[in-house]
Amino acid sequence: MTVVVRTITRIVLPISLVLGGYVVMHGHLTPGGGFQGGAVAASGLALVIVAFGAGRLAGRKGLFSALESLGGVAFAALGFLGLGVTFFANVLAGSGKLFGHPVPYGPNSGDLNTGGTLPLMSWAVGFKVLAGLSAVVLLFALFGGESDR
Amino acid sequence: MIGNLPFVVCMILIALGLWTLLAKRNLIKLVIGMSLIESGVNLFLVSLGYVHGGIPPIYTYAPNDALMVLPTPQALTLTSIVIGVATTALMLAFAVVIYRHKGTLDARKIRDLRG
Amino acid sequence: MSRWLAIGAFCLAAGFLIFGAVVLRPFGKPTCTEMDDYFNRYSQPEVAANNVVTAVVFDYRGYDTLGEATVLFTAVTGVALILRKVRK
Repeated sequence: MTVVVRTITRIVLPISLVLGGYVVMHGHLTPGGGFQGGAVAASGLALVIVAFGAGRLAGRKGLFSALESLGGVAFAALGFLGLGVTFFANVLAGSGKLFGHPVPYGPNSGDLNTGGTLPLMSWAVGFKVLAGLSAVVLLFALFGGESDR
Repeated sequence: MIGNLPFVVCMILIALGLWTLLAKRNLIKLVIGMSLIESGVNLFLVSLGYVHGGIPPIYTYAPNDALMVLPTPQALTLTSIVIGVATTALMLAFAVVIYRHKGTLDARKIRDLRG
Repeated sequence: MSRWLAIGAFCLAAGFLIFGAVVLRPFGKPTCTEMDDYFNRYSQPEVAANNVVTAVVFDYRGYDTLGEATVLFTAVTGVALILRKVRK
């Protein structure tokens, strides 16, 4: 691609990754969550694949595969945390541990320390969606040509 | 009839996608028709949960004593959108492989069982 | 002849869809809202989250999200299997 597209990509890529991380992290306070933040971050990586060609990211297929598997296993493992009550029970909500502040009832300004297992699940799903969508775009760019009939 | 205008618009989208599936021959245009039907169904699902004068169901900086919109159709539409993305990716991969083997994208010329 | 039959069948289907949208319940007045009223009222004490939609997606309906993560994983694996270089 031309010089203009490459320069803009170099500026936009860190902005889009940080914006995706922000949407994932504040999923329990503002509109957003795991899927939306993962899609925003994956759009930045898709811009890199379009602007610089597929050869730039071709050596990192193992990284995408490991990230997606880690996200899926972490999401399933977080369901086993509450197995004393039921599968997928929120045991960290309201107790004093990692994300465990109680929330006052009614409209309030949000506290990041609340939510229980919700932010952890959002991170797991965010990694999974990011790795999955960029892997699909990378596969189409690498192997979708008209060669080898 | 005017009060139900959002529902009618969603049904028009679904009917347009259905016509694209019936009348076009190119494989990529068939994928576009299926994507139109999915968009119409997702829009219809979200518009089912509206309450007159409601605010988004979020308690951060919300005004006091306000009516909230139903949250369940929005949660189910999230799942539906991701499944639509997965289906579209698989259909496009199939279209690429069919073009590689048959040399054409016409849906009426790839019907033989040879090769 | 069969072309006019196809166009007639499509008009019948589209007309049925639009007729169904017109006679549906009025837009903005949902009928059975007991479950959503419970979600709106009790998602702050139980789940400790301000966003009710995220609480529904990840806590009250966590099984659906698990199924959707599996579908996404299966789709990416399917695309990687279909598009590969076949060595002759």
